[in-house]
Amino acid sequence: MTKTTITRRGALALGGAALGSGAITGFPTLWAQNIRDITLRQVGTGVSGLNAIAEQVKKDLGFTLQLTIGDTDAVAQRAATQARAFDVADIEYFSIKKVFPTGVMQPIEVSKIKLADKLVPIFTSGKLTPTTTPGQGTAPHTVGYVEGATSTKFAAAPTGWMTLLPTIYNADTLGIRPDLVGRPIRNWRDLVDPAFKGKASILNIPGIGIMDAAMVMESLGQITYGDKGNMTRAEIDKTIAFLIEQKRAGQFRAFWKSFDESVNLMASGEVVIQSMWSPAVAAVRSRNIACTYQPLEEGYRAWGSGLGLAKHLTGLQRDAAYEYLNWYLSGWVGAYLNRQGYYSAVLETAKANMSENEWGYWMEGKAATAPIMSPDGKEMEKAGAVRDGGAFADRMGKVVCWNSVMNEDRYMVQKWNEFIAA
Amino acid sequence: MRRSALFSWLQAAPLALVLAVFLVVPMAMIVVVSFFDYSAFALIPDFVFTNYQEAFGSAVTWRTFGKTLWFAGLTWIITLSVGFWLAYYLAFVVKGEMTRTVLFVLCTVPFWTSNLIRMIAWVPFLGRNGLMNQALIGMGAIDRPLEFLLFSDFAVVLAFAHLYTLFMVVPIFNTMMRIDRRLLEAARDAGAGFWHTLWCVILPLCKPGIGIGSIFVIVLVMGDFATVRLMSGGQSASVGLMISNQIGLMQYPAAAANAVGLLAMVLLLMAAILRAIDIRREL
Repeated sequence: MTKTTITRRGALALGGAALGSGAITGFPTLWAQNIRDITLRQVGTGVSGLNAIAEQVKKDLGFTLQLTIGDTDAVAQRAATQARAFDVADIEYFSIKKVFPTGVMQPIEVSKIKLADKLVPIFTSGKLTPTTTPGQGTAPHTVGYVEGATSTKFAAAPTGWMTLLPTIYNADTLGIRPDLVGRPIRNWRDLVDPAFKGKASILNIPGIGIMDAAMVMESLGQITYGDKGNMTRAEIDKTIAFLIEQKRAGQFRAFWKSFDESVNLMASGEVVIQSMWSPAVAAVRSRNIACTYQPLEEGYRAWGSGLGLAKHLTGLQRDAAYEYLNWYLSGWVGAYLNRQGYYSAVLETAKANMSENEWGYWMEGKAATAPIMSPDGKEMEKAGAVRDGGAFADRMGKVVCWNSVMNEDRYMVQKWNEFIAA
Repeated sequence: MRRSALFSWLQAAPLALVLAVFLVVPMAMIVVVSFFDYSAFALIPDFVFTNYQEAFGSAVTWRTFGKTLWFAGLTWIITLSVGFWLAYYLAFVVKGEMTRTVLFVLCTVPFWTSNLIRMIAWVPFLGRNGLMNQALIGMGAIDRPLEFLLFSDFAVVLAFAHLYTLFMVVPIFNTMMRIDRRLLEAARDAGAGFWHTLWCVILPLCKPGIGIGSIFVIVLVMGDFATVRLMSGGQSASVGLMISNQIGLMQYPAAAANAVGLLAMVLLLMAAILRAIDIRREL
């Protein structure tokens, strides 16, 4: 784990500037007097644990957001076992299925979230549009609400108590090096094409990797799962046996666990096709190396993440946390995340913070009318470029499964460990 | 007499206390937890043998233990043969304290940067398009990149040897410096050649150093997980890596059971080394 925080000097300077300008801009608050002393400790993955966000919090809200970054499993582990070591958990929905029942979190009161009715319906009803069916697996709406203020039991339908405030989500697929694969890639099964022997990779996070493997298995026609997000022991056995067979045959070059590992594997040419996350593809491209986030016929594997409150938060600190949650949906972060290729939980406020060209490119699948810049000001795409996979509705509308925690989770993880050790 | 006995106890007490609190108690905890049951969310205090049954009833576990031993053995042979000659060169060939000190400091260069960075630095060197492959192709020695250089057992053992040779050099060098030079002269006067002296005089006198170095190297390799994961690209597993995966996924009792197994194996190896070599001799 690495620990990042705004430097003391930087924080003082920002605080000083805010004081000097006579008012803290951003959200009007009743308790702006003592809020500067508040520090919220957030544990999360590198996906949204960004220094830029912490700096903006200091600027807009006046308090300090201290970030601790770990990989997906490490964050879940830390949240579940070191409840007093964090105030806010930036955690994935499939992890919260494990973490919330341990009782280390408190539910979020929906009535205190100003934009609660503007949330993308994926997180509330589970349906992007009234006609879409939610994907298999741990879809966010199935673990998004609990039955009451002190309950740790997930509710079947939206209640006034949320487990996580949805913030960020995306539809994942395979990343490829179009210059090195030498043929069009159309299906998940291409990951295990013998042509890419020793040049493929799959990610080693069981709850996500098993879903990628399931997509490959179904694409090959080797198995039809009853529900691939909740496999039976026999289905797990068959899937893992297949993975071990592929590993022994030398199909995989490596297994990656963190975002930057996947970037290095792809950029160095060690791997030409692999499980990948959207900004990792952007990171490879920003080195002037061709990399495509390839849409596949079978559809996408999706994930969603949100902010949860630690049980011990009370009083002013909890007020600050709610202020932070409301600020998160108010547009600045949404635009920032959308520009990285993720999606924000409230779309209209993000839209207001993006240019028409940016919104067209990232959200509507339109060709860029001017160069597309990354959030840190680097040119990502030239004018005329079109986003891989196209518009928001085309990508999120084709989600067939979500990252999962299954009923047979313990058994699956054991088997997954055997695959990694095999 | 009684007074001095009490005094000795008092002198030993702080260390004994520290070891009891920070070593014995956690070890006991691990043993206790290894008999617990667990669910996806929590530890369930219990006394069950399922963790051991699941761990040692699986062929994968045995293969992983075997693999770990294999890594340790191979690394031991390489670090011993490289480390011994490095120490020999420093102790007997180099003349002058200054030169010796400078060369000794050079041996510690691999430790000037963090473990992680050092291992990541191998990637651009050994990778498919790395320096090594480019050089070999440029020389015409090979016509396609060698794949086994990175993300393989070769890479793991290479990184281990690079990391741990120093742990062999230091104790061996130390015992070599204590060898009375008159013994070597006596051996020469008695007609012994280079190899004869080495085998019959230097090697026996270096045994304590070799023993200490071996303990360092074997313990470090047996417990490692980061090197194995990064250098093998997740393709290979060691017991340490298996434990680390289980901890990451909150399967603490399973991890504890494996840890107890690993502890038993390491203790057996240590016992074997200490039986073969009396490391306290000459210290």
